[in-house]
Amino acid sequence: MQHKVIDTKEVVIRFTGDSGDGMQLTGSLFADASALYGNEVSTFPDFPAEIRAPQGTVSGVSGFQVNIGSGEIRTPGDYCDVLVAMNPAALKANAKWAKPTASIILDSDTFDEKGIKKAGFKTDDPITELKLEDRHIIFAPITTLTKESLKDSGLDPKSIIRSKNIFTLGICYYMFNRPMGTTEEYLDKKFRKKPELADANKKALKDGFNYAGNVHAIPNTYKVQPAKLEKGVYRNINGNQATAWGLLAASEKSGIPLFCGSYPITPATSILEELALRKDLNVKTLQCEDEIAGICTSIGAAYAGNLAVTTTSGPGLSLKSEALGLAVMTELPIVVVNVQRGGPSTGIPTKTEQTDLNQALYGRNGECPIAIIAAHSPSHCFDAAFYSAKYALEHMMPVMLLTEGFLGNGSEPWKIPSMKDFPEIKAPVITESEETPFWPFKRDSEKLARRWALPGTPGLEHRVGGLEKNNDGTVSSDPLVHERMVGERAEKVARLANYIPDLEVIGDDSGEVLVVGWGGTYGHLYTAVKELHNEGKSVSLAHFDYILPLPKNTADIFSKFKKIIVCELNSGQFANYLRTQHQQFQYHQKNKVQGQPFIVKEIVDAVNAIL
Amino acid sequence: MEMKYTPQDFKSNQEVKWCPGCGDHAILASVQRAMPEICESLNYTKERFVFVSGIGCSSRFPYYMDTYGFHGIHGRASAIATGVKVANPTLTVWQVTGDGDALAIGGNHFIHAIRRNIDINILLFNNQIYGLTKGQYSPTSKLGMITKTSPYGTVEHPFNPGALVLGSRGTFFARSIDVELKLTQDIMVQSAKHDGTAVSEILVNCVIFNDKTHAQVSDKEFRAERTIILKHGEPMIYGKDKDKGLILDGNKIKSVVIGENGITEKDLLVHDAEEENPGIHSMLIDMMYPELPVALGVIRAVKDKTYDDNVRDQVIDAREHAQIHNMDELLHSGAIWEVK
Repeated sequence: MQHKVIDTKEVVIRFTGDSGDGMQLTGSLFADASALYGNEVSTFPDFPAEIRAPQGTVSGVSGFQVNIGSGEIRTPGDYCDVLVAMNPAALKANAKWAKPTASIILDSDTFDEKGIKKAGFKTDDPITELKLEDRHIIFAPITTLTKESLKDSGLDPKSIIRSKNIFTLGICYYMFNRPMGTTEEYLDKKFRKKPELADANKKALKDGFNYAGNVHAIPNTYKVQPAKLEKGVYRNINGNQATAWGLLAASEKSGIPLFCGSYPITPATSILEELALRKDLNVKTLQCEDEIAGICTSIGAAYAGNLAVTTTSGPGLSLKSEALGLAVMTELPIVVVNVQRGGPSTGIPTKTEQTDLNQALYGRNGECPIAIIAAHSPSHCFDAAFYSAKYALEHMMPVMLLTEGFLGNGSEPWKIPSMKDFPEIKAPVITESEETPFWPFKRDSEKLARRWALPGTPGLEHRVGGLEKNNDGTVSSDPLVHERMVGERAEKVARLANYIPDLEVIGDDSGEVLVVGWGGTYGHLYTAVKELHNEGKSVSLAHFDYILPLPKNTADIFSKFKKIIVCELNSGQFANYLRTQHQQFQYHQKNKVQGQPFIVKEIVDAVNAIL
Repeated sequence: MEMKYTPQDFKSNQEVKWCPGCGDHAILASVQRAMPEICESLNYTKERFVFVSGIGCSSRFPYYMDTYGFHGIHGRASAIATGVKVANPTLTVWQVTGDGDALAIGGNHFIHAIRRNIDINILLFNNQIYGLTKGQYSPTSKLGMITKTSPYGTVEHPFNPGALVLGSRGTFFARSIDVELKLTQDIMVQSAKHDGTAVSEILVNCVIFNDKTHAQVSDKEFRAERTIILKHGEPMIYGKDKDKGLILDGNKIKSVVIGENGITEKDLLVHDAEEENPGIHSMLIDMMYPELPVALGVIRAVKDKTYDDNVRDQVIDAREHAQIHNMDELLHSGAIWEVK
């Protein structure tokens, strides 16, 4: 058979297997290799909450989808061109994501009677049962081949079998004409202390690659040319790492040490892990006894003069609610990062959602508004975290940064910014005051920010706390003082609108339909709007990074469109919020609460339905 | 000796709003009197003090000190104080809390602060009742105690705060009574000098909702007979006439009369607060009237590395061996590539 190289602009590949099969690693290695090759890349890890769910069952299937392209890539792709399934269960769970033209690579060794039964197939022919006969099915005895490849490696049988994901990666590298150098370097680094493992994995990778080249089962290989990226130095980054680094950047710019008090919680944990690595940049991390201590240690650290952050996900934010009110009352600069996941309660912890918006907006006792900023892509988490910290410090108030599991775990190539391009951060730290004793809640007239008098400063001794106080710091339950202070705190948040950027419209400034979104749906909405626009339809996108306060030009933009459709991964929380803020408009909705990102087609269809 | 400060320097301009006759007034006076001595002996200045509290009667304390102060939320003072200390280890951090605040809603933070041995001073005002909410039983209320939420008597066993400190591998525990002003003052100084979490339980009277709860040991009439003030390196002697002592009888502490049954001062236990093994400390903490006198003074003060020291050492070490010195270097670390 003649080997054919197909040039294509965009390919989606989905790696799936048991949660112990190493699919997350395989997927990220493929993504990294593609990014280094120069493609645009977007990834979507989709895995179960269990670390090792029962082997071979559908509930234990872990997936990692990568979209690589030579042009603009804004989403991990809806459906895949290549599906890798390491066992029958993985095939069963993921067949629905395979395009009609897809190639499907299967480990034939796992498709025995036992494996097929465990996956819950009714017949002994999964391909027919799933109606995949038209797809290009590649049955490769991956387990046997890996065993054969590593029989002289000196590794124990268990370690050998564990390398089958790397063998599979080798097959994919052949299929997509990927260079293997970066992966080899990675393996050398990862197994620095066990060179025999590094060698074995490198051999498995190469043998997988050669196997694919030798057998005739793979008729076509794909070539995805490097994307025409803007000049510069690039790296791959996921959302949680970008969040951690954005906070570090704010610490450097402000000259204020970073403190992070947190409790491990999926999918936010890796922010704490990333910050814990950075003692070299003077970061202090405290893994607390619980979520409440996470925010309370941060409040204490903020009082003592650190840039203090706490990182969490939905249930953790619920636990932090009372203390968040304390941060509002004491007017201290903390950043609360909420990497949203599927709720309520424990919900679907490893899946993505935007269902904590109401909690962020309203989840505290008393009248207690806080600034809310949302990140819209993995790399944008860097900027969003930086500005969350900047506004917290400069306006002396807590800021909540909303990201999502989809962003936190997802990755993309990122043109590395230079720190000199980021603005200064000037916190209102004082070392003396005109008045004696010091008035802790005296405000500047523009931002309404109070001054930050740090313990250790002579002459500025003062007390703050959860009780209502007058501007001079004395405890007061005077009705009018309370009403005024409630108003001042709310006005301080509202005035942030004078400092944040205007809302931008992507596409024409006016027209038939304005698609409105916020947070991690950006890539899907952008792709959908572009598709519709290319079809000649009058559709634009307005995507909100700033939720509270809303950008000042919001109503201006809304008024230029005949229809507005708010698309979000919840039942309509942002739409309802907009109804309270800008009541003069009518809002259509496209909602999804499945723990999964949008599919571009869903948005296209929803917009077409109102056009 | 001429001191830099007087107690007056630590009094804020706020009106003290505890009930007349409340034991908290006495503790406030003891703490304010201890401050000049602490500053003198440790070369501290006033602005380095931070008083942190939770919620409850005792937690109003920071408002009455002319220092930096943070009145937190219920139970969370240990966590807030931990954050203050980690952020700026040069501060001297004092947490004021009560039996409800520290041992019920804040129990988790309390034990974990102690486990970490973070260098904060915890003053635990134990009045065995919820005062600010007007008289419900607390985690230290005696079994069977009748309160508004236990009209038939409590059916819960109380905590002994000192036992929790030992259980958390605490390095410092002291006990005083509100009426023992000088002892409280001395303990405050010892607490300040201790590196690590220093817990001082102060038995305090709630004149409104739990009056005389400690009376059987705190009343002047029998205090000397029913309490023992422990001093490091000294034999365990108590009693109005200094005629009683404590010995180890088998594996139990026993009270004896000096001179009776051939017992001399040499037979008595000598208090060693610095002994790492908590065995004797545990027995001393558990002593209850009427079987034994209630132990007061510094019961345990052992040396160990503090959390804040360890954090500081790690940061210094990491920065000395750093490959990455700033953000631009971090951003360019690991796998990067250039598009030309």
